[in-house]
Amino acid sequence: MSHLSLSITRQRPLDPPDEVSGLRQRGAMHRMTFADGHLGWLVTGYTAARAVLAHPHFSNRPDLMHPLLPNRMQLAERGKFPVPRGFFLRMDPPDHTRYRRLLTGQFTVRRMKTLEPRIAEIADACLDEMEAAGGPLDLVESFALPIPSLVICELLGVPYEDRAQFQADSEILINLETEAEEALAAVGRISAYLYGLIRRKREEPADDLLSGLVEGGELDDEELTGVGFLLLVAGHETTANMLGLGTYALLTNPDQFAAMRDDPSVVDNGVEELLRYLSIIHLGPVRTALEDVEIEGALIKAGETVAVHLPVANRDPERFPGGERLDVARPAGGHLSFGHGIHQCLGQQLARAEMRIAYPALLRRLPGLRLAVSPEEVPMRSDMSIYGVHRLPVTW
Amino acid sequence: MKIKADTSVCIGAGMCALTAPEVFDQSEEDGTVVLLQESPPETLEDASRRAVTLCPSGALSLE
Repeated sequence: MSHLSLSITRQRPLDPPDEVSGLRQRGAMHRMTFADGHLGWLVTGYTAARAVLAHPHFSNRPDLMHPLLPNRMQLAERGKFPVPRGFFLRMDPPDHTRYRRLLTGQFTVRRMKTLEPRIAEIADACLDEMEAAGGPLDLVESFALPIPSLVICELLGVPYEDRAQFQADSEILINLETEAEEALAAVGRISAYLYGLIRRKREEPADDLLSGLVEGGELDDEELTGVGFLLLVAGHETTANMLGLGTYALLTNPDQFAAMRDDPSVVDNGVEELLRYLSIIHLGPVRTALEDVEIEGALIKAGETVAVHLPVANRDPERFPGGERLDVARPAGGHLSFGHGIHQCLGQQLARAEMRIAYPALLRRLPGLRLAVSPEEVPMRSDMSIYGVHRLPVTW
Repeated sequence: MKIKADTSVCIGAGMCALTAPEVFDQSEEDGTVVLLQESPPETLEDASRRAVTLCPSGALSLE
């Protein structure tokens, strides 16, 4: 019997591939062949996805993981991809715990609240510039990317004027077509840049997160480079794509656009619904079983790799009835878009603060916002490991 | 309702403090959960239950 391999072709830009959604009728756990021929699993059910992500017997180590897609970067990752020590996302406890514990105090709900006035100021400045320039323009370049980029740079203490190189390198790293050598070069450039920055902070500490970690004295310079790497890349690619793709989703669902614009009480939940509905982490997360584990009747053997399909799990009708529709008024809490378990997004409260400010600021300042091209002409990020729009031409 | 919080497994994601801020806070130092009231009043029971369900690390439980 032949087993399925992962389909990544979407029939409609905001819906997961029909082939994957269709699996749901056959259960939550599916045997799937990975790119290197490994017979692993694909998870499409919400409860099963939560169970896998929370289970202590599943590892996030890249050297155990079988590649989901036949791109060279993923293939190389299994053979030890040289990210600096301190890139704690792809670690298991207790190593992961040690790094994460040093950072969680910096990303609390309360701490992120104190950033809100500055985020609002940055969003307003972007909108001032957009109004001065006049439409049509690319919303990604003018709004969706600069807000999270400037916020994470200021928080970490990374000079914003240096962004051209690390933004380009970060795009190389999440492009599915990237060759292993190109990816290595990009990792090398970001690492070298951050290493230099950390050395400078050791000499002249400032009031920022990286300086605080340097002064804390628990991490060496290479570890700090790895931590900085993770926070910088993650802080850019996630909220930026949520703002770009979210605006596209609202513009193509005018009743939802109006609800988010006209009713402030809808915004917080609307952000959760956009997170759920869009599920921009569209290929993974992926885990490997360290011991035999049973999930919803399926026996996953030690060494088998499991891919969780977040876009489909987040539309599981048992958890989110009518979940294939965008409905900013639906109770959307509990979605898995920030993950679940010990690796759940460290920066999620920052992302929430950014989106809760940026969406209403945009929709209220430019209430007549509309696409400057037809929806079909908007280039989607099907070629990237984080989904979104490459560009979003808009006018008002 | 009585809530138990295990700070040794907490990962500081902040879902509890976001969902039921009257019941949960986070430590300034390491972001782990601080239980403001072990037995919240009835008016806060729904939000507290939601917070327990949303906790990603299994640090929260109900007795």
